[in-house]
Amino acid sequence: MIDVQNITKRYGHHTAIDRVTFSVAKGEVLAFLGPNGAGKTTTMRILTCFMHATEGTARVAGFDCADQPLEVKRRIGYLPETPPVYQELTVTEYLTFVGRLRGMVGRNLTSALDQSIGRLELASVRHRLIGNLSRGYRQRVGLAQALLHDPPVLILDEPTVGLDPKQIIEIRELIKSLAGSHSVILSTHILPEATAVCQRVVIISEGRIVAEDTPEQLSARLRQSEKISITLKAPPVDCEAKLRAIAGILNIFPGQTTGNFIIECVLGRDLRDEIARVVVSNHWGLLELRTISMTLEDVFLQLTRHEEGMPQSAETSARSTSDRAEITQETAS
Amino acid sequence: MTPVQAVIAKELRGYFVSPIVYVVGAVFLLIFGLLSYLYIVFAGAQAMQLMQMQGGMAQINLNDLVFRNLFASMRFILLIILPILTMRLFAEERKLRTFEFLMTSPIGINEIVAGKFVSVLLIYLSLLGLTGLVPAVLMLFSDFDWNPILTGYLGMALLGALFLSVGVFASALTENQIVAAFVSFGILLTVWLISGLGTLLGDTTAGHIISYVSFMEHYDHLVRGLIDTSDLVYFGSSLILMLFLSHRVVESARWK
Repeated sequence: MIDVQNITKRYGHHTAIDRVTFSVAKGEVLAFLGPNGAGKTTTMRILTCFMHATEGTARVAGFDCADQPLEVKRRIGYLPETPPVYQELTVTEYLTFVGRLRGMVGRNLTSALDQSIGRLELASVRHRLIGNLSRGYRQRVGLAQALLHDPPVLILDEPTVGLDPKQIIEIRELIKSLAGSHSVILSTHILPEATAVCQRVVIISEGRIVAEDTPEQLSARLRQSEKISITLKAPPVDCEAKLRAIAGILNIFPGQTTGNFIIECVLGRDLRDEIARVVVSNHWGLLELRTISMTLEDVFLQLTRHEEGMPQSAETSARSTSDRAEITQETAS
Repeated sequence: MTPVQAVIAKELRGYFVSPIVYVVGAVFLLIFGLLSYLYIVFAGAQAMQLMQMQGGMAQINLNDLVFRNLFASMRFILLIILPILTMRLFAEERKLRTFEFLMTSPIGINEIVAGKFVSVLLIYLSLLGLTGLVPAVLMLFSDFDWNPILTGYLGMALLGALFLSVGVFASALTENQIVAAFVSFGILLTVWLISGLGTLLGDTTAGHIISYVSFMEHYDHLVRGLIDTSDLVYFGSSLILMLFLSHRVVESARWK
């Protein structure tokens, strides 16, 4: 549905994106991850025909973005970084204007309007001026605008910014429900979001694609060791040395709380059983024992930091791993 | 409703929601009324003088004494007021980031430019229509020739349309509304002043070209009741040129 071949965009001497190539199949949801200024928005702007690429071709639904922009625009719903709303219009007036720009008239327009207002729960504010609405509502009006004409391709630049946690979950559900019938590209900073809604992730850094795969594959590929977190009730001073004696343990770091340790083991071996045995036989009081899987955040940091030539030290990596594991768990719960 | 009509309707709504139209309209009508009053009082004083000298009813020409002066003065008023009306058209879209939305909608840039221009032109023409009250009321008390007044109005409509197209162009250049207004003042004043240079150069080729480029001479013809095809061609072509340039400026955003 979307096919991007070697697109490059230069602003003077600055290269914003450099030979970016990727494609999105029909019904697929793709996440665009990257630090600020990585080139996510530039790529989206080229796909929506807002700007031309310096080199390369981008095609949407078989139409070239540079040669047939009108055909491309008809098939795209686009939510830019800032919701593109007119403050002097009411929600209904705004969406009517959007529909008319897209050539919708009469009953067609009214039913599309009601549908998108219903989908984004805007009924209570439909007659209010957009200028008086909160950031969250404006963001939802922006999304309603992108979905109004039920386009086969949706390009959403940070769709959940400014929404409260409940709304974030609703919008994610909405995006998930679009998968299958719509091709979606969304950019995000919130990594659990990518894991939650996307089938595929493209990580972009300094204008180049540094990784492209499913979230699970990415974390598996980049994992260099297994990590286990244990919490002990009464750890003696020499517990670290005793644990190190277990074959396969590479390193032990103190964790966040007292009694908590992060144990790094050889890749591919599950040492939980041995660790538990040592702890129990020594009567250290086992409170918690769990594996830490590499989250997308770690993958992201590893890839993007590596680009900057700043490999993480083992310790900070382990700490950030444990921090993020907790954050992810909280989000999941 | 076609996409262009949708743009026009949205712009009109934007104008009437903001205070711009009310303020600009009030000032425009006030100044028009005040100037008419002053010229009528002045014409009355001249009539009194003539009566005293001739000792009978004097024939005064309202077309010459009131309307020609009024239309001539309105040039300057239009130059100051119209850039205020046009300054928001594109600058505001850029500032509020709705420009990107407009550019990614399935509508051509020519339709966007045309829609915005027509919306502001409609507002200007309705304000101009309201000033028609002055000759209408004057007609009750006096006798004058309507034809030069109609050509004068045609002149004001064409001159205003040209000023508005310059304003649309200036607004497309920047995201700052004040800058947009000043750029259109700058362009219009420069074109006005070079007409002086044209007069100075007189009956030379350069003089003719400069006089033709400036709107002063063309407007004067219409105010004097003269409809010349070359003047109409001048207004039509320069208006289209300015709208074409606006189109190019908006389009150039794609390449930045």
